[in-house]
Amino acid sequence: MPKDSGIGASSKRREDVRFLTGAGNYTDDINVHGQAYVHFLRSDIAHGRIKSIDTSTAEAMPGVVKVFTGKDFEGVGGMPCGWEVTDKHGAPMQEPPHPILAQGKVRHVGDPIAAVVADSLEQARDAAEAIDLDIEELPAVIDMKAAAQDGATLVHDDLKNNICYDWQLGETDDAKVDEVFANAAHVTTLDLVNNRLVANPMEPRVAVGEYKRGTDEYTLYTTSQNPHVIRLLMCAFVLGLPEHKVRVVAPDVGGGFGTKIFHYAEEAFCTFAAKACGRPVKWTSSRSEAFMSDAHGRDHVSKIELALDADNNFIGLRTNTFANLGAYLSTFSSSVPTWLHGTLMAGNYKTPVIQVNVKAMFTNTVPVDAYRGAGRPEATFQLERVVDKAARELGVDPIALRRQNFVTQFPYDTPVALTYDTGDYNGTMDKLEAAADLAGFAARRTQSEAKGKLRGLGINCYIEACGIAPSNIVGMLGARAGLYDAATVRVNATGSISVMVGAHSHGQGHETAFPQVVADMIGIDESLVEIVHGDTSKIPFGMGTYGSRSLAVCGSAMVKATEKVIEKAKKIAAHLLEASEADIELKDGQFSVAGTDKSVAWGDVTLTAYVPHNFPLEVEPGLEETAFYDPANFTFPAGAYACEVEVDPDTGQVSIEKFTAADDFGNIINPMIVDGQVHGGIGQGIGQALLENCAYDANGQLLSASYMDYAMPRADDVPFYGVDHSSQTPCTHNPLGVKGCGEAGAIGSPPAVVNAVLDALNSGGKAVDHIDMPMSPSRVWSAMNS
Amino acid sequence: MKISMTVNGKAVSGDVEGRTLLSGFLREHLSLTGTHVGCDTAQCGACVVHVNGEAVKSCNMLAAEADGADVGTIEGQANADGSLNVIQQAFQDHHGLQCGFCTPGMVMSAAALLKENPRPTEAEIRKYLEGNLCRCTGYHNIVKAIMAASGQDVSSIAAE
Amino acid sequence: MYSFDFEKPSTIADAVAALGAEDAQALGGGQTLIPTLKQRLAAPSKLVSMSGIAEMQGVCAEDDGSVSIGGATTHATVALDTAATYPALAALAGQIGDPAVRNRGTIGGSVANNDPAACYPAGVLGSGATIVTNARQIAADAFFEGMFTTALDEGEIITSIRFPVPQAASYQKFLQPASRFALVGVYLARFADGVRVAVTGASEDGVFRWSEAEEALDKEFRPDALMGLRINPANMIADLHGSKEYRAHLVSVMTKRAIEACM
Repeated sequence: MPKDSGIGASSKRREDVRFLTGAGNYTDDINVHGQAYVHFLRSDIAHGRIKSIDTSTAEAMPGVVKVFTGKDFEGVGGMPCGWEVTDKHGAPMQEPPHPILAQGKVRHVGDPIAAVVADSLEQARDAAEAIDLDIEELPAVIDMKAAAQDGATLVHDDLKNNICYDWQLGETDDAKVDEVFANAAHVTTLDLVNNRLVANPMEPRVAVGEYKRGTDEYTLYTTSQNPHVIRLLMCAFVLGLPEHKVRVVAPDVGGGFGTKIFHYAEEAFCTFAAKACGRPVKWTSSRSEAFMSDAHGRDHVSKIELALDADNNFIGLRTNTFANLGAYLSTFSSSVPTWLHGTLMAGNYKTPVIQVNVKAMFTNTVPVDAYRGAGRPEATFQLERVVDKAARELGVDPIALRRQNFVTQFPYDTPVALTYDTGDYNGTMDKLEAAADLAGFAARRTQSEAKGKLRGLGINCYIEACGIAPSNIVGMLGARAGLYDAATVRVNATGSISVMVGAHSHGQGHETAFPQVVADMIGIDESLVEIVHGDTSKIPFGMGTYGSRSLAVCGSAMVKATEKVIEKAKKIAAHLLEASEADIELKDGQFSVAGTDKSVAWGDVTLTAYVPHNFPLEVEPGLEETAFYDPANFTFPAGAYACEVEVDPDTGQVSIEKFTAADDFGNIINPMIVDGQVHGGIGQGIGQALLENCAYDANGQLLSASYMDYAMPRADDVPFYGVDHSSQTPCTHNPLGVKGCGEAGAIGSPPAVVNAVLDALNSGGKAVDHIDMPMSPSRVWSAMNS
Repeated sequence: MKISMTVNGKAVSGDVEGRTLLSGFLREHLSLTGTHVGCDTAQCGACVVHVNGEAVKSCNMLAAEADGADVGTIEGQANADGSLNVIQQAFQDHHGLQCGFCTPGMVMSAAALLKENPRPTEAEIRKYLEGNLCRCTGYHNIVKAIMAASGQDVSSIAAE
Repeated sequence: MYSFDFEKPSTIADAVAALGAEDAQALGGGQTLIPTLKQRLAAPSKLVSMSGIAEMQGVCAEDDGSVSIGGATTHATVALDTAATYPALAALAGQIGDPAVRNRGTIGGSVANNDPAACYPAGVLGSGATIVTNARQIAADAFFEGMFTTALDEGEIITSIRFPVPQAASYQKFLQPASRFALVGVYLARFADGVRVAVTGASEDGVFRWSEAEEALDKEFRPDALMGLRINPANMIADLHGSKEYRAHLVSVMTKRAIEACM
C-alpha cells in the first residue's frame, strides 16, 4: 500500500503553491532600492588580441554610472578552478588565468570585454555601443584534434600548448592492453562524438550585488545551485573579501542542471561593482547572452574499442577521448572528463582490463563544464554504443550480451578506481523487460511497418556514481573542496522544526521530500517541518546541489542531526517521565517508557527544552543540532532503459514511440518526485539524442545561438514515459539507503535512443553502424542514403 | 506615454516608453513578477498571459499595444477564496512542475487551450504546448495534469 | 531595443501618413519584428501599429469566390475563419509558430517580411493571390523578390490579400526542429486552369514556384507524375538543420504528400 505521509509517500509538493500562483521569488524578481544595471560588452569574435579600448565616449553617455574594463580588475583574482587534475606523467594540469573581464585577449564569442553600469539597462547598452574597441583578430582554435597538434595557434600564449592535461586511468601498461586486444576473438571499434549541449535552465542567470558602506557588508543575490560555494570561491580566490562580511542568497532558482553550480564572472563583477559604484548593481542575462556565457556541456570526441573472447565475454576496453574545456577552466570543468567520466567506463560490466585516455583541450569556445550527468553520460554513451555495435556484429541478442557480462558479485572493485557497493543488474533488466513489454515488440514493429515506418528497439544499461565522496579521497584526486554537506535541525519550543540544509532546491522538491524524512523519524506531521536553504546567512554550510547528491549527502547530514535531536529529546523525556533514558521510545510523536503506559508528547518535550523549569541539570537547554556528513563512498544508482522509435524512411524523421526506464535508486523517499526527476532526465536525454546541437563554425562563431537554431525538446517531441523503480538495492553506507536519481534519465537515455534508431535502420536493410547525435532528420536521411 | 488597462480585474495605468514590453510593464511597473521572461525570440512561453482572453507572449508585445485591454496573469488565476483553480490544482496533484519557472506560462497556455478545447487529447495538448518550453519535467506530468484538469481519467498513464 | 515612438492609427490613411516619418516602420503582430528590435538589429524612429485599423481586420468571402483577408488579421483568425472557405490556407495558418504567436502574428506582417522559411509566402504564391496595398494591387508572382525582399515600397502597407480558392490544395510543412519554421514547406494548389506549387524554406532566393512540377502535374495529377523530377540542390539553403541535397529531397517528398492530400 502506498503511504500517505513520511518516507515512501508521494506527498504533494508544498512549494508548488507559490510557483502556481506567481508568488515565487526568483532572482530577477528581486530589485534593490537604487539599483543600477550592468550590460557586458562581449566579444563578437572567437579569438583576438585587444590593442585598445576607449571608453571615454561611453562614460559621458546619459545615465552611465561607470564603465569597467580588464584594467579595473588587474589587482583582483581570476575565476578559480576547483579541481586540479594531474596528468599521466605526474604533472599538474595547465591552468591559465580566467579574468573577470578580458585582459590582453578575447578567447571566445561572448567573452566579456567591458561592463557598463548605468541607470537603466538600455542606457548601459547604448553606452556599450559607444565603446571603441581595437581588437586584432587571431585564427580561432576550434577543432580539438587540430588544437592538439604541435605548432597550433595557442588559446593561451603562456601555456606550452592547448592541452590542459593528458590523463589516463586504469591499466597503465600499454603493452598489456595491446596484448588483450591482440588475443581477442573479436574487437569492436567505434568513433563517436558526444555533442556539445547548452544546459538551458528556463530561468536565465541573474546577479544582484549590494554593498552596505555602514557595515562593510556585501550581499549577492544569484541564480546558484550552491550559494556557499559561490561565497567561498568569490571571497577566497577572486575578490579577497572576508566570508563573514559576504552573504550569498540563491532564492527560488529556475532550474540548474549543472550550469548554475559554477562561480561566474558576472557574480563577482556585480559584488565588486556594487562597492565601486556605491549602488546595487543588477545583471539579468538574456537568453542570447546565456548561449554565449553559461558553461556548456559534453563535447567529447572519442574512439572506443571493446575486446571480446570467443564466448563473447568482455576482456578489454580502451578509450581515447578529446574533451573540450573551452577557452577557460570553469569551476569543475577539469573533473568532468576525468574523475566523473573515466571512472565510469566499467559500466555494469566485469571487463577485467580497461584503459581510459583523455586529452582535455583549450579551444576558442565557451567554457565547458558539468551538465546533468557530467562525464557519466559521456562514458555511458561510449560504452553502450560499442556494446550494441558488438552485439550487431556478432549477431547476438543485445540484452543477452549485456546480461552475460554484468557484474553480479558485490562489492565489486572496478579496474577504474571505484568500488560498487551494491546492485542487481539482472533484476533491474528483468523489471525493464516486463515494464517495456519487450515481448510485444515484434507485433509493434509489424504495425509500424504497415504504416511504412521502420521501427527499432534500443536497449541501454547505465551505472552512475553519485554523491561524489569521500572528501579525503577526492582531495587526493585533486579536488580543492570537501564534498560533505551539513544540516541544522532547529526545533522550536512548540515542536515545529526548521531544517537548515546545505543542499539547494531548484526543482528537486527538497522542501517537500526532506521534511518527509524528519517527520517520519520523529512521528510528527510533515507540515511541522520546514526546510530553509539558499542563504548563507541562514544555513550553517553546504556544498549545494549537483551530482544527484542532495539526499544521499545532505539528507544524511539531516538524518544525523535529527538523530542528535532525538537523543537529546529522549534525555529530557526521561527526566519528565522519571525513567531511564535507555527505556525511552519515540513513536508517532510520543516518548514513552518501554513496557509502560507512561508517555509524554513531542511538543511537551520541546517546550520543556526551551522552558527548562523541570529539566535535567546535566543537559543544556534548547533543542538544536547540527551535523556534517562526509560519505564513505559514492552511491551507485543503475538502470536499464528501452526506447522504441519509428523512422520515416522518406525524410529520416525519428519519433519516440515508447520509452521505458527501470532504475535502481535504492530506497525512495517520495516516489512522485523520483518519477518526475527521471522524466526530466529522459526528456533532456532525448533532446541530446535527437535535437540539441551546440555548434561552432570554423571561425568560432556560435551557429546555434538562440532557440531559433538550438532545438529544445518540446512536448510533442516526447511520449509519456514508463518508469519503474521497484528494483531496489539500498545503498549500504548512508543512513537512508538512498542513491540519488537526478541525473539517471539524462545518462541512460541517449544511447537507448541511438541504439533504437540504428536498430530501425538495420531492420529496414540499411547497414548503418553509427550516427552522431543529434540524429536530426537530415543526418538520419544522409546515413540511410550514403 | 500613458497607458491603462485592466489586469486581473483591476484597472491599472502607467507611463511607459514606446519600447516597453507588456512583460516589463507587468513585472516592473505593476510588480507582477509571476510572469517570467525566459528567452528573447518568443519561443519559451514563460511569459504567456491572456490579452482579451487570448494567450499571448507578453515579452513579444508592446505594452502600448495592450492599452485598453483586459489582461490576465498567473497572479489572477486562483479561485476567489485563494485556493488553486482546477488547472493549478491538477499541476500540483500530478507534479506538473519542478523549478516553477515555466509554470506560469504553462498554466496560462493550458487555460487558453481548455477554453477552446475542453477535452483535448494527449496529442492535442502536446501540439498546443509547442510554444511553451519546460526543461525540468520532460512534459510527462504537464500533459497529464492538463488531461486531469479537463476531467479525463489519467490513472492509466504510467507513473505517479 | 533602441528607443522609438509608438503610434496606433485607426485608419489606413492615418497609418500611411504616420509611416511618412523618416525611419518609421509598420508594426503588424510584431512576432518577428520585436525579437529583431531586442537584438538591436533595427532602429526605427517610430512603430506604426496596424492593430487598430478596423478595415484591415478579418476574413471575407468575395462574390467571385475568392477569400479576402485583411492585412492585420491574425494567424489564429485566419485558421478559424477560412476553415470552411479555404481549408488548406486555414491549415497553413494553424501551423505557424505556436498558439500564442498565432494570436498576435498577422498575415500582412508575415508576407511583408518574406522570411525565406515562413509559411505564408508559400500560401500566397501557391494560391496565386493578389496583394492589395494602400496604393495598388500586386500579383503574388511579382511580389516576392527574394529573401526578406518584396515589391513593397517604403511606407506601403498590405491592406489585404485576396486568395482565389482552388479546387484542392494542401500545405505540407517539414519542421525545422528548433525554430519550427519550415525547413521545407510546399503549398500545392490545383485550379481548373492548372496546378501551382510554391516552396518555402528551401531556397536561398526565398519562396519560389517549382515550375517543372507544375508542368508535370498539369499533364497528369498523380504522385507518380513527379517521378524523375528533382530540384537542383545548388540554390538550396544549407545550414545546421539540413544540407542542400536534403532540402532538395524534402521538396520532392513534401510535394508528393501534397499531391496525395489533394487526391
